[in-house]
Parts: sequence; C-alpha cells; structure tokens
Amino acid sequence: MIAELGHFALILAAVVAVVQAIVPQVGAAKRWGGWMAMAEPAAVLQFALVALSFAALTWAFVTSDFSLRLVTLNSHTLKPMIYKISGVWGNHEGSMLLWVLILAGFGGAAAVFGGNLSDTFRARVLAVQATVGVAFYGFILFTSNPFTRLASPPMDGQDLNPLLQDPGLAFHPPFLYLGYVGLSMAFSFAVAALIEGKVDAAWARWVRPWTLAAWVFLTIGIALGSWWAYYELGWGGFWFWDPVENASFMPWLFAAALLHSAIVVEKREALKAWTILLAITAFGFSLIGTFIVRSGVITSVHAFANDPERGVYILGILAVFVGGAFLLFAVRAGAMEAKGLFATVSRESALVMNNVLLSVASLLVFVGTVWPLIAELALGKKLSVQAPFFDTAFTPFIVGLAVILPVGAMLPWKRAKLGRSLRAVAPAAVLALAALGLVWAVQSGRSLLAPVGIALAVWIVAGGVLDLMSRTGRGPLAGRMGRLARLPRADWGKFVAHSGLGVTILGVAAITAWQVEDIRVAQTGQPYEVAGFTIELQGVERVQGPNYFSTMAEIAVRREGAEIAVLHPEKRVYPVQAMPTTEAAIRNGLWRDIYVVIGDEQAAGGWAVRTYIKPFANWIWGGCILMALGGFISLSDRRFRLAAGARRARAEGVPAE
Amino acid sequence: MRRAGWLIAAVFALALPALALDPSEMLDDPVLEARARGLDHELRCVKCQAESIASSNADWARDARREVREMIAAGATDQEVRDAFLRNYGDFVLMNPPASGWNLIVWLAGPALLLAGLGVVIAAQRQRNAARGPEALDPEEEARLKELLGEDG
Repeated sequence: MIAELGHFALILAAVVAVVQAIVPQVGAAKRWGGWMAMAEPAAVLQFALVALSFAALTWAFVTSDFSLRLVTLNSHTLKPMIYKISGVWGNHEGSMLLWVLILAGFGGAAAVFGGNLSDTFRARVLAVQATVGVAFYGFILFTSNPFTRLASPPMDGQDLNPLLQDPGLAFHPPFLYLGYVGLSMAFSFAVAALIEGKVDAAWARWVRPWTLAAWVFLTIGIALGSWWAYYELGWGGFWFWDPVENASFMPWLFAAALLHSAIVVEKREALKAWTILLAITAFGFSLIGTFIVRSGVITSVHAFANDPERGVYILGILAVFVGGAFLLFAVRAGAMEAKGLFATVSRESALVMNNVLLSVASLLVFVGTVWPLIAELALGKKLSVQAPFFDTAFTPFIVGLAVILPVGAMLPWKRAKLGRSLRAVAPAAVLALAALGLVWAVQSGRSLLAPVGIALAVWIVAGGVLDLMSRTGRGPLAGRMGRLARLPRADWGKFVAHSGLGVTILGVAAITAWQVEDIRVAQTGQPYEVAGFTIELQGVERVQGPNYFSTMAEIAVRREGAEIAVLHPEKRVYPVQAMPTTEAAIRNGLWRDIYVVIGDEQAAGGWAVRTYIKPFANWIWGGCILMALGGFISLSDRRFRLAAGARRARAEGVPAE
Repeated sequence: MRRAGWLIAAVFALALPALALDPSEMLDDPVLEARARGLDHELRCVKCQAESIASSNADWARDARREVREMIAAGATDQEVRDAFLRNYGDFVLMNPPASGWNLIVWLAGPALLLAGLGVVIAAQRQRNAARGPEALDPEEEARLKELLGEDG
C-alpha cells in the first residue's frame, strides 16, 4: 500500500512538473502575473510529492518489504540498518529517484529563496528547472520504475553488493548527485537568461552561489569516492581514470571554470556569452556522465546494472536540452553585449586563462574517455585508453593552472602591470624554488614528480598568504592582523580553496613518487622490515560478522622497537552474494599511511601479506576538504546574503513613501 | 554453534580469487620482478572491465602475469614482452593507445585543443581592442603577454 502511495506521489509530481514547466513560462512571456505566480507553489508541491515518494521507497527498504522487486534485488533482512537506508540509492532505480528528489529540491529552494529575483526571471528559471524534471520523471516512470511489485515475494532478499556496504559509499552518491543536479540550476539560470535576453552582474551574483554549492558537493562526492577506493580495493589506488570517475570529473572541471568566469561577469560585466555557454556545458557534461554510467556503452570497473534502452533515453534528454540550449544561445548571443573592457594583462585575462586550461583539460578527459568507443565504431579497432595516458596528458594542465594561479589571483582588475604583481609574489616563488631544491636533494630517486608537486603546493599557499597580506594595507602588524580578520569571507574562501588545490597536488605527487610496496609470504612471529618499519604477523583467526565471515589477521607495526600500531586486515566473504572482499587495515598518519592487506594462506605455510607505505596519502583528501571548505566560506560571504536583504528592504520601503 | 562452524567451513571451501599479485607468482630476482611489475601496469586484463593485470584478481590476469614473468626469466626485453602481447591480443591489451595512425588524435588532443583555445582567446581580445581603438596595448605589453602565455602553455 505504501509503495503504491509512493508510485502515485511520483506520478503526481510529474504532473505538477508539467504544469510548472508550461504555465509560468507562458505567463512570463505574456506578463500574466497570476500565471507566473504559479511557479513557486508548484515547485514546493513538486518537491513535497517527490519527498513523499522517496520516503515510501525508504520505508520499503527499512521494513524489508520483499514484495518490491527492487528491495528483493538489493536488500537482505540481516543487513545493518545504515545499509538498508543507503541501499535505497545503491541501485539504478532508487538512485534515479534520488536524482529527481534533489532536482525538485533545488527547484523548491530557488522558489523559497528566490524572493529577490524579478518575477519574470524567477518564473522562467523555475519553468526551465521543471522542464528538466519532466524529462527525468518520464525516464523513471517509463524505464526504471522503483515501485514494481513481485507476484510471489521471496522469503529474503539477494543483499546489496558487499562493496557498496560501506559508510563511504553510503554518502558518496548523494553528494555526487547534489553536485550533478546542482548544476541544473546554473543551466536553468542560463536558459532563462537567454529567453529573457538579459545577462548582468545581478544574474551572475545569483548563479554563483548555486554553482558554488554544486561544485562543493561534487568535490566532496568525488573525494569520498576516491577515499573509499583507497581503503577498500586492497592496494590503495585513489584515482583510476575509469570512465565513471571521468564522468564526475568533467563536470567538476567545467563547474570550476564556470565559478571563475561568473566572477568576471559579476565584477566586470564581461565574458557574458562565454559564461552562459559554460553553464550549459557544465550541466551537459553531467548529463553525459549520467549517460556513460547508465548506458554501459563504455566499459568501466563500476558495474552498474545498465541497459542500452535507458542509455538511448538519456541520450535523447541530452540532445534535446543541450542542443536546444545551444540553439537558443546561437539566436540570442548577440543580446549579451559585454560592458566591461579589459587589457591583456589583467585579472580578467588571468581568469580567461584559468577557463581555457580547465575547459581544455576537461575536453581532453572527454576525448580520452570516448576514444575507445569511437575507434571501435568508426575504425573497427578495439583499444584501451587507460590511466597511464591520462596521467601523461592531463598533468601538464594542472601544472599550468598551478603556475599561473598565484599571479593571476593578485593581478588587479581591468588593467594591470605584470611586473608589479610578479614582484609581489616573488617571495612565494623563492620559497617554492627552495622547497624544490630541498626535496630534490633529500629524496633518493631521480624523479622530478615529488619536488615539482611540493614546490607547486608551496607556491600556491605562500602566494595566497601574500595575496591576503597585500589586502591589509600598510602600517603596524597588529593593525594589519585586525584587518586580515575582517577581510570579506570571499577572500578567505578563495585562499582556503586555492590552498586546498595545492595540498591535493602535493599529496598526489608525493604518494605517486614515494610509495613503497612490499609483497611477501609472512610467517607468524617472524618480523621483517619495510621502509624502516618492522612488520610482524602475530596471528590469523576466523570471525563472523553480521552478514559475512571474515579471516582476520593481527599485524604489529613497530618503529625503532616501539610499537606504533596493531592492525587487523580482513578478508571477508558475503555468503548471500558469494562475494569476497578485502578490508585493508590502515594506520592513518599526517606524514604517511601504513597500509596492510592479508592475502591467501600459502600451501607451504605462512600467509601472503602486502604492506604499503603511502606518504602524504591523507593530504589528497585533506586538500579536497579544504577546497570544499573554501567554497562554503565563500558561500557565506556578506554580498550573497546582503543582496537578498537589500532588495527586500527596498520592496517594503516603497509603499511608505 | 556446530552448524555455524560447518557453514564457515563450507564458505571457505569455495575457491576464492586470489589478491592481485601473490608472493608465489613473484620472481626471485628483485630486479627482474621490478621490471615485471612495471609491465603489469602497462598491460590490460582483457577479460576485465578496465583494469591492468597488476590490479586485477581475475584468472586471466594471473595467467598474464605468469606469462610476463616466464618471458622475463627467459631473457626477453620489455619491448619483446609488449610485442608478444600485442601480437596475441591486439592493441586492446595495452593500457595506452599506440601513438600512431588514427590514435594520434587522442595523443594530440590536449595540445591541439589548448592551441585552439588560446587562438579563440587572442582573437576575441584583438576584437575587443579593435573596438576600443587607441587604448589598445602597446607592443611591449603584447610581448609580455606572449611571454606569460608561453610560460603557462
């Protein structure tokens, strides 16, 4: 009964979305206030209905209602409660329901917080958002209904893929979706602006927080996925350039470009057409990502239940929305005359370079991802484009970005003197070169990877500090410190997020260059050395978990005789899915992780044990957290809050006059 | 309790796929083993989704690792190992597409797209400057821009 209620609520939400897509759009064109005013209640109602539908599905999972096909396929009564809940989106149908829930949530938020938009613009934004919604409701209801019943329900379910039974995976998809779907707001704003024929600073001030929020969520989602792969897959890889990872990385890069170009529109009313184009492209790539993930046209380690028919539907959505938006853009681009001019050396130009590098890097990832498909279809050749290619081809772009970042961030708007800005960041350059020399001297290998990565990190962070200090003016240090604390939050957000990029670059470079791998047969009670650490296998026992059996080893790690950790790596078997998983045991540290994995028992006695020393591993995700934190700090800036307040005050003031 | 014990025994009796590289597969000579591991990362497990034979647990990957080590132990060079796999399984077995023929497109995509992007930016800037007239940059500034772009690209 509750499942039928959920299904019915979903259908109602689709109907509301159809109304919301048409009525306010017509109202805005004809200037009919009543029709436009329908948008907000419709957006809120639509969200409430999807939320009800999602709650119904969650209820079915929590109560293990095996009369639902989806619950039978993805759940089990013995599964811990958190994975019963995360199991709702640990499958195709449920994850698409989460997708529309978030889509409607963003629409509802725009309706509630959109008081300071003009009536026609708000109506158009919500109508476009609902149009995207209609397409996805159709997708769910016609190809992926989560509420399908089984004629004869089984006694118990088939359990969730054990790899997905993990806290990291419980939160990874929702954050990714918040990011993917959040970009739909940027898309809706861009298309509404094209229909309205007006792009100005106020528009950019509106688009930026939504894009920033989407980008922050995407950052967290990608970082969670990377961290999960690191500890779960048993050898500590953190990024594989797998098509599904690339699918999330491309919109992330475009969203990062969009964030920066929207600053130029907001401050200087330049780059309008480009910013609109980026907003469309960013969401377009999140749709391409959905297509890659759901269609299965490109082989990936992420084994989703995929289906070519669904792929065709998503390709259709992609073609209609992105194609339509580009067409609209071609017709209306002329209306977006740039107001602000800028010289070749200026903050604007630096941000243009940022955009070129980010966009080209993203397109490069795209070409690499789809090339095997194109080669097979057009040339009849089966070939692979995998991690080594991306490492080689992508890295120069990140290095380029990191090199120009501190200079560009300090250049004045409109017209700058390069010499003056270069002098201002010179101390950071000296520090970075010193770091490069020092690291080169102390490391044993001849690889430039780690020295360059660490120098870039120092360059970015020190450059950021100089930038902040330069904004506090002159005078005694105490006064400057006071002013430092009172700088706008946006400045601090910029510093924190950019530093996060530096920290991540450092982590990736250090772990890639310096990690140590040791694979051997370990005998109980016979210690051995790995990179200065003494590892001793102390015993192996078999234990039983709630829904798995485990072989658990006890491994002591000592350094200079002192015990620093006792680790318990496991090998688990989930009997319902007959699937083994490895659970690495990791001693996390600021400077290095000690990562041990237990393998098979050897015929001649002893166990296979793998030990990895991974320097600066946590800096990779620490940097991501800083990037996301910087985004949040920037989101809380006064001007985003004030813009809302000022408009309201004026609106209230008018009748009194 | 006895039943649980029986169940555990039954589960462990199932043949479990081994972790990627097992100590029993490794060559005794650390130099040769290091070369073999380098090659493991260049060769794709053709029966898997998108993994190298270094990280895959599949039987095919284990056989391929054994083949790599047998060839190296028999004195083959890295290139001879690559060529042997290429002959047997085609381009698909290499993690990187070969840098020849049509595949140059994917290798040159990065630099070509970057040049195109810079071209668009410079053209747009020229247009703006032309519209602005006298305020356009002097040659000295142009040279500085080139210098900056050259360093970054």
